[in-house]
Amino acid sequence: MGEFNTNFILGCSAIGAGLAVIAGIGPGVGQGIAAGHAAAAVGRNPGAKSDVTSTMLLGQAVAETTGLYGLLIAMLLLFVKPLVP
Amino acid sequence: MGQGILLSASQEIDFMIHGVFSYELFGQTVWITTTHVCVLIVMLVIIGFSIAAGRAAKHASDVPGTFQNIAEMVVEMLDKMIGGVMGKFSPRFRNYIGTIFIFILLSNISGLFGLRPPTADYGVTLALGIMTFTLIHFNKFKHQKVRGVIAGLCDPWPIWAPINVIGDVAVPISLSLRLFANVLSGTVMLALVYGLLSKIAIVWPAALHVYFDLFSGAIQTYVFCMLTMTYITDACTTE
Repeated sequence: MGEFNTNFILGCSAIGAGLAVIAGIGPGVGQGIAAGHAAAAVGRNPGAKSDVTSTMLLGQAVAETTGLYGLLIAMLLLFVKPLVP
Repeated sequence: MGQGILLSASQEIDFMIHGVFSYELFGQTVWITTTHVCVLIVMLVIIGFSIAAGRAAKHASDVPGTFQNIAEMVVEMLDKMIGGVMGKFSPRFRNYIGTIFIFILLSNISGLFGLRPPTADYGVTLALGIMTFTLIHFNKFKHQKVRGVIAGLCDPWPIWAPINVIGDVAVPISLSLRLFANVLSGTVMLALVYGLLSKIAIVWPAALHVYFDLFSGAIQTYVFCMLTMTYITDACTTE
């Protein structure tokens, strides 16, 4: 395995890591929708603000998971380097 | 990191787990890592707090002092949170949920005190996830009996069983990965700031610490405990 091959694999890993964090789009949109609806709910019923906030945060944290999977893949490619022999 | 992407500053960026010392056990090399040390420190803090709180509760006075107030506040807050979700099942799971809540919270905010957060090691969060998984299924078999479990597996039709099994197995994995990746991303981000911007990282990283360590850590603790409670309540409920 030559120097070129290792460097080539490292470069491709970097591209793959960059592609993997595109997964962040989904949670971003989802969390925005959740926050928007929560704001609308607080506007309709300001008394339930604390309940709405805690429900929103729980839902957002669960929605964040898919984005974190992408982040994990990127981290693995960059720092653990599973493809480099 | 050697040939890593961050060649320019690869020596200063440090968020990996390091070995402290190793020993031989049955022919295997076992490493004591920084995670073990940090878990030990967190554990000692919790044990110290618990002993002090127990002593304060034993000599409780009608007009509580500062420390007694804090201990009562913590216990009341946990009781309220657990009782709100679990209802009539809350007395039996108060110990477990309260313990993991305090442990995860202290682990997450230990990055503020210069430790590497123990929850940024997948070994720790996977252990927490497996404990939750065991509790869920123990209670499922206890409350719904074998018939109920099989009926739950074949929920719409029996052909759905493999998908339900995958859904069950995914619970501890997603629980542990969520906590792990959140804390790890905060750790990596701060390590990058301190490593790459070390010349200008004077006071403003405190704001990042507040977000990544305090806010994110508290939210993730809450989410982990909330989901654990929801799953356990779900397993305990018989139709």
